[in-house]
Amino acid sequence: MGFDYGKYIRPGKLPHIWCPGCGHGIVMKGLIRAIDSVGFSKDMTSIVSGIGCASRLPGYVDFCTLHTTHGRGVAFATGIKMAKPEMNVICVGGDGDGVAIGGNHFIHACRRNIDITYLIMNNNIYGMTGGQFSPTTPTGAKASTTPYGNPDPPFDIAKLAIGAGATFVARGTAFHAAQIDKLLAEAMRHKGFSVVEILDSCPTTYGRRNKYKSVIEMMNHLKDVAVPLSAAEKMTAEQLRGKVITGVLYKENKPEYASEYRKLVERVQAG
Amino acid sequence: MSKKVAFMQGNEACAHGAIYAGCRFFAGYPITPSTEVAEVLSAELPKVGGSFIQMEDEIGAMAAVIGASLTGVKALTATSGPGFSLKQENIGYACITEVPCVIINVMRGGPSTGMPTGPSQSDVMQAKWGTHGDHPAICLVPASVQELFTETVRAFNLSEKFRTPVTVMPDEIVGHMRERIVFPEPGELEVVNRPAPTVPPADYRPYDTSFGDVPPLAAFGSGYRFHVTGLNKAEDGFPTTRAGIVQAEEERQVRKIEKATDEIVTWEEYLLDDADIAIVAFGSTSRSARFAVNEARKHGIRAGLFRIITYWPFPEKQIADLASRVKAIITPEMNLGMTLHEVRRCVKGMTPVSGIFRVDGEPIGPAQILAGIREVM
Repeated sequence: MGFDYGKYIRPGKLPHIWCPGCGHGIVMKGLIRAIDSVGFSKDMTSIVSGIGCASRLPGYVDFCTLHTTHGRGVAFATGIKMAKPEMNVICVGGDGDGVAIGGNHFIHACRRNIDITYLIMNNNIYGMTGGQFSPTTPTGAKASTTPYGNPDPPFDIAKLAIGAGATFVARGTAFHAAQIDKLLAEAMRHKGFSVVEILDSCPTTYGRRNKYKSVIEMMNHLKDVAVPLSAAEKMTAEQLRGKVITGVLYKENKPEYASEYRKLVERVQAG
Repeated sequence: MSKKVAFMQGNEACAHGAIYAGCRFFAGYPITPSTEVAEVLSAELPKVGGSFIQMEDEIGAMAAVIGASLTGVKALTATSGPGFSLKQENIGYACITEVPCVIINVMRGGPSTGMPTGPSQSDVMQAKWGTHGDHPAICLVPASVQELFTETVRAFNLSEKFRTPVTVMPDEIVGHMRERIVFPEPGELEVVNRPAPTVPPADYRPYDTSFGDVPPLAAFGSGYRFHVTGLNKAEDGFPTTRAGIVQAEEERQVRKIEKATDEIVTWEEYLLDDADIAIVAFGSTSRSARFAVNEARKHGIRAGLFRIITYWPFPEKQIADLASRVKAIITPEMNLGMTLHEVRRCVKGMTPVSGIFRVDGEPIGPAQILAGIREVM
């Protein structure tokens, strides 16, 4: 028997807004399978987002959902988690939302190690506004605002998260669909701020400007560049050039912010 | 039993007022001259089981407040001019999503960094028009330490009742001055909690107008699952671009406050019954104005004071009525004519209105107002 997505999809809210060939739908299904596998109840799970294509995800799924302002999803999610720590809080969004306009909220959520799972669908472009370069667009790539090639160097989201103090950091791709739910489920089980970056594809605004002839070609690119961590450990720097390492990249156990704060409250109340 | 009395700073009284009102969440960012509100709440909230978080910036603080409020908790932030500007993005979000929350904005000079330690009353227009788009605004401008406590309580009540952000705006003098405060006993002041939905979760719609212009808001994690978005939305909470629905929802959001204006607007009249000259003032300036009115009367000038307590909605009817009773109106304020403009709009040329303005970081004293009264005579 196949997985019953209908249990989690809001009736009447499909079709989604995503273009044909966009990987966001694959990621959404992975997220649903992950939530199902960890057993989070729909009533006690909040899915929060910012603005952008990926941030439209909460509207389709049957949880306590919050579609906020651009880049601010993690900050809204922080308020929910602090006010009601018993809720499972998941934040979703894209690369521009998460590490450009929302970059400050992102690094500080990592630093606090608050128990929120943050899913970033990284398609290297501002898709909703028509394909402007984002902080993860590769140097030299074409975007609507880099007609001569992107002069900016990109962020490595996973490194940024690890550097800022996130205690669980993983990376997958929209091609490796079966891995998405495993990474997300492990992230949700982790007590602390967990970041899951899923490399995604935007054939409409990125692919056609950057010589990807088809959706399949873009998907094959994700397949080709991804190297599992276990394989990467046996490869040389030369062999890893142009590759992206996938899997659970970082994990450590550290005190979690919201529960530490509740301990503080108990301490103060005890006098 | 005698009441608890203290000698306390305005900002501290504000924090205690918030606790009294049932506030159990604060998110903020340090900024002069409002920081004492955060400092007191960082100590007091854990005692009552609440949460305090210092966020990475003003925008994040406003976001966290809205997120917390959606779980059913009364939530507060405090800031000043530049921080108030940064919060406007998410204040607009709270307006359109109709999430109750309270913002304390202790007014300092501006624009920009301005004079962080100097008093000002120049954010009153930002309180109404700061965020983009049509939206309602409730803004309270207390004039004493005691009133900063009670108006903070009223701000939470209005916020919960009307599902809207409410701003309390003491000027820096009111925020920082110390005076006597008598703490209300529990139960002495009304404390309003947002109504919970009465329908079963399957039938719940977060903007269900069959319950009137202020539909009940469910809490996240209470068994009600719903969607909240800053996009124009339909009664079910989901985004829509259907013209008729968008128009109706926008109009309702503004109407819910407009039609309650008489219930919300508060003011104080002092020696206005026989007055020829009315001073319209608020905050610390109104204290100087009261003194000036007393002085003027010693010299045979029949002056009186109309003290604005609720700035938004503006006391339009009351000011229009005042204009029909007096020969001249003067608006002393620590800005360059924001209240003058509003008063003139209400007076509609019935009575001459002139202003006394000061934006140099010094308060407007009684002598300056008295001089203004003599000038008009």
